Amino acid sequence: MKNGESKKVLIIIPAFNEEQNIEYVISCVKKELPYYDILVVNDGSWDRTGHIARELGAIVIDLPYNLGIGATMQTGYRYASRNNYHIAIQVDGDGQHPANQIKKLVQVVGDGMADMAVGSRFIVNGGYKPTMSRLIGMRYFSGLLSLILRQRLTDTTSGFRAVNKGVIDFFSRTYPEDYPEVEALVLLHKSGFKIREVSVDMKDREGGQSSITPFRSLYYMIKVSLAIFVEMLRKINK
Amino acid sequence: MFNVQIISIILSAILFLFVIELVRKGVLKEKYSILWFASTFVLLLLAVWKGLLDRIAAIVGIFYAPSLLFLVAFIFLLLIVLHFSVVISRMSEKNKKLAQELGLMKLKIDRLENQASDDEK
Repeated sequence: MKNGESKKVLIIIPAFNEEQNIEYVISCVKKELPYYDILVVNDGSWDRTGHIARELGAIVIDLPYNLGIGATMQTGYRYASRNNYHIAIQVDGDGQHPANQIKKLVQVVGDGMADMAVGSRFIVNGGYKPTMSRLIGMRYFSGLLSLILRQRLTDTTSGFRAVNKGVIDFFSRTYPEDYPEVEALVLLHKSGFKIREVSVDMKDREGGQSSITPFRSLYYMIKVSLAIFVEMLRKINK
Repeated sequence: MFNVQIISIILSAILFLFVIELVRKGVLKEKYSILWFASTFVLLLLAVWKGLLDRIAAIVGIFYAPSLLFLVAFIFLLLIVLHFSVVISRMSEKNKKLAQELGLMKLKIDRLENQASDDEK
């Protein structure tokens, strides 16, 4: 970590009604990485998410109403861009991204091996076991994106990512909206950024069931496929 | 045929006047009224000028000329709805940016306020 420590690093945690998990997530990150700034972007939660995050000393941005995950993440990148952070890491607010794996991602970006590091659950098979319908969707997108990006990708829906200054600035201008993870990869690839997957151990969701049903998986697949198709045709102003 | 023409003239005239009235009262912005003006004007023109309607119908191959009015109205409606979709997309993008800026600004204000109260002590 010779490189990471001298750089200004921001952890971005998007959170929508995560009062159950947010304390755990923030305290894990703080314990593991005390010298990183933590930003919680509170996406219009009506529970105590923002309050708890502030008590724990995180920087908190309260959005006036629910904007969805894409716009929430982008708010974090805007903050990172304006405050001149060198590296930003996005970590889910539900506790499924283990804090002790963050350094791995930062190292790849900090050493200049890639513009974005994506934490993958599947390079080495750890304890993560998704449901059947989820697995089909994940396989489908991994196949599709490996073709488009001409590079082997195993976990394109992972929201566990670290990016450098170039990508921070890019995302603060352009970030996809509804299901941003997969689209963001295509967007970065088209703009000439380098992406690299890093093997991480991820747990199953902390408490509570995931909201993804087979029907939603199908909807997700169609919607994102269409978005990718449109993305391929669109002009990007970098 | 005669009745259809009278009804068409009356309806498109009412619509045309109604659009003017809405713009005059400021309820409908000029920016969004252009397509409405164009469509009601063309409909009115075709309803009054029967010769033109018949000729276009013959060219396109429509046997019952007044049904051309429906086709024209339908095309204009499609254009108007598409126009609205574009407007809505643009507005939701602006709306998103506004909300994001609001959040960022609130954080900045909180910090400045904290700083100010620290300075007072």
